[in-house]
Amino acid sequence: MISHLRSALVLTLVMTALTGIAYPFAVTGIAELAFPRQAHGSLIERDGKVVGSALIGQAFSGPGYFHGRPSAAGQGYDAANSGGSNLAPSARALAEAVRARIAAERAANPGERGPVPADLVTASASGLDPHLSPAAAAWQAARVALARGLAVEEVRALIAARTEGRTFGLLGEPRVNVLALNLALDERRPMR
Amino acid sequence: MDANGILQILLYLAVIVALTPLAGGYMARLFEGRLTFLAWAERPIYRLCGTAPEREQHWSAYAFSLLAFNLVGTLAVYGLERLQVWLPLNPAGVGAVSPTIAFNTAVSFATNTNWQAYGGETAMSYLTQMAGLAVQNFVSAATGIAVAVALIRGFARHSAQTVGNFTVDLTRCVLYLLLPVAFLTALFLVWQGAPQNFDAYVPASTLEGVHQLIAQGPVASQEAIKQLGSNGGGFFNANSAHPFENPTPLTNLVEMTFLLLLAAGLTDTFGRMVGDRRQGWAIFAAMGLMFVVCVSLAAWAESQANPALTVAGMDSLVGNMEGKEVRFGIANSAIWATATTAASNGSVNAMHDSFMPLGGLVPLVDILLGEVIFGGVGAGLYGMLVFVVLAVFIAGLMVGRTPEYLGKKIEAREVKLAVLAILVTPLGVLGLGAISLLAGPEAIAAPGPHGLSELLYAYASATGNNGSAFAGFGAATPLNAILQGVAMVFGRFAVIVPVLAIAGSAAAKKTVPPSAGTLPTHGRLFVTLLIAVTVVVGGLTFFPALALGPVVEHLALFSGTLF
Repeated sequence: MISHLRSALVLTLVMTALTGIAYPFAVTGIAELAFPRQAHGSLIERDGKVVGSALIGQAFSGPGYFHGRPSAAGQGYDAANSGGSNLAPSARALAEAVRARIAAERAANPGERGPVPADLVTASASGLDPHLSPAAAAWQAARVALARGLAVEEVRALIAARTEGRTFGLLGEPRVNVLALNLALDERRPMR
Repeated sequence: MDANGILQILLYLAVIVALTPLAGGYMARLFEGRLTFLAWAERPIYRLCGTAPEREQHWSAYAFSLLAFNLVGTLAVYGLERLQVWLPLNPAGVGAVSPTIAFNTAVSFATNTNWQAYGGETAMSYLTQMAGLAVQNFVSAATGIAVAVALIRGFARHSAQTVGNFTVDLTRCVLYLLLPVAFLTALFLVWQGAPQNFDAYVPASTLEGVHQLIAQGPVASQEAIKQLGSNGGGFFNANSAHPFENPTPLTNLVEMTFLLLLAAGLTDTFGRMVGDRRQGWAIFAAMGLMFVVCVSLAAWAESQANPALTVAGMDSLVGNMEGKEVRFGIANSAIWATATTAASNGSVNAMHDSFMPLGGLVPLVDILLGEVIFGGVGAGLYGMLVFVVLAVFIAGLMVGRTPEYLGKKIEAREVKLAVLAILVTPLGVLGLGAISLLAGPEAIAAPGPHGLSELLYAYASATGNNGSAFAGFGAATPLNAILQGVAMVFGRFAVIVPVLAIAGSAAAKKTVPPSAGTLPTHGRLFVTLLIAVTVVVGGLTFFPALALGPVVEHLALFSGTLF
């Protein structure tokens, strides 16, 4: 029994050194050299200040920005506390929350009559989903164009330019990165 | 489900089928001792451990070595969690983990469960994640594979007293297999966008001028092994739904592939090591057929829009997007949910708690079947072989002959051990779950039948060493943290010990040549029998509980009742 324990102890120490120290540090070292931007979280800087990460969604509420998905991360888009709503499909709380979001989106986008795109009114899994479906972005185009004093066609063209297709035409779903789209808007016609 | 979704599911199945012989062949060479190019690294490890690598162990000594190693590992993780506040690599300044959560987490990672009663970015320092949790990701995976290999040797050998050397099996599994594959995968993940650093969390000022603190850390290195080793414990609370853990559809495909790669590969390793590859493919076929049924049901259920939301004015085109990410959509969320619970991985790229009732039923059933649809690395194969023992026993009863498998007579001892192992899941899920339900019902977050599903899922996940959750469940209460910890230890080692005993007793038997009365175990008849035994014995036990949970919820939701 003692020999079993001794062997177990030494093996644990060896494995910790190998897989817990050497492995992550080696990956960090190579990542630092080969992919420094990604290794540090794909941060986006504007005028020398970090405005976010290309991979992480953030909250938008003004009419001149495209709104991302509802977020259950912390108080909303808390990038240090990710998570979903975990509400059951049969939860009254979910139906009420979605009903309120639909009403808010309808009020903010009075020109749109049809059903509201699903991703615009449901919380994502991470609470940090950086994307919208192209349909959910298109739904907000008229409002954003009005608030920015741009033509709707111009805003639609921006959406089209920022829409990523499926990888190799097959994997994943078509999507628009909301932060990238809003940055492009700011570049075209800054908010005053 | 649109055509593209179906295509993505088919592609995934094709990838797994194609990679199975590759992974299987490599592991067969590894565990038959034919790979030696890292012998220079092995030798000093054995010397330090005081192990003579050529000296094999009786199954009981193998089990003792395994239990001792897992005990030490659990204590090490517990120590790191409690002391992290005074240790380096803690730029976010997270405090010591509470004793019950620390116990729960230590057990959770040592048993390959990776149930997370904490949020990674708010509770664990970089050091704890790396030197505690990620180490267990490697070695608990290697432990599972070692047990499976010991069992394979039991069937492959005859008149033998030993089943292998635990220290050697574990070390070789890490050095030749897990470490190199994880290393390459980690670099791929960084390239795609997963962070790998030791930075403090980065404060950002968003376009609308709101403060956003962005968590960082050595994410990629942990993510790689978490998928490969069927561990599943996320660096972040949102697990592989988090864009830093799983940034693109491409990383998603790779991570999903690693969910099942080694578990599927081991079926072929089994076939090769027992000298008849058809035996491995027969087990693969039984697993694969059940997988196809499960993934189809999940994909269909999730492509339905929630009627309670479409009534309110939501679009019904896409399906159930609550708790899902846009980049993955319905198909990838359904594949992942099925694969992660078929395997004992438990990582998620969508929130199972918010799945449609029948969509959530699929992962729950996968776990309750004992995670033998590919299953955890090693654990899936040895779990399925336990069902095989039971299947040949039942077949033997039907024709009135002593059952045999691969030339080994299956006798009372093996059948008793198999039944012991099979009883673990119902005892853990229904027994411990019932205690939790009676002693602490306040942990249930959802009202109505979904609440029962949450609790059932929690105890299924812990006993099955899965680790995924209907995450609304209040698993962090001291009662549940401790009960779940007990369920995880029970679910892991109360299966491993009988399995190793079967290995020992099979190894000691003589091989008898097949006769006209032998049931061939590589044909369609046997595959059907195996599936039937798995579903009836593994699944039917839980039918009443499932009827009261997801099934009632489905009927209520589609007749307009909310809770």
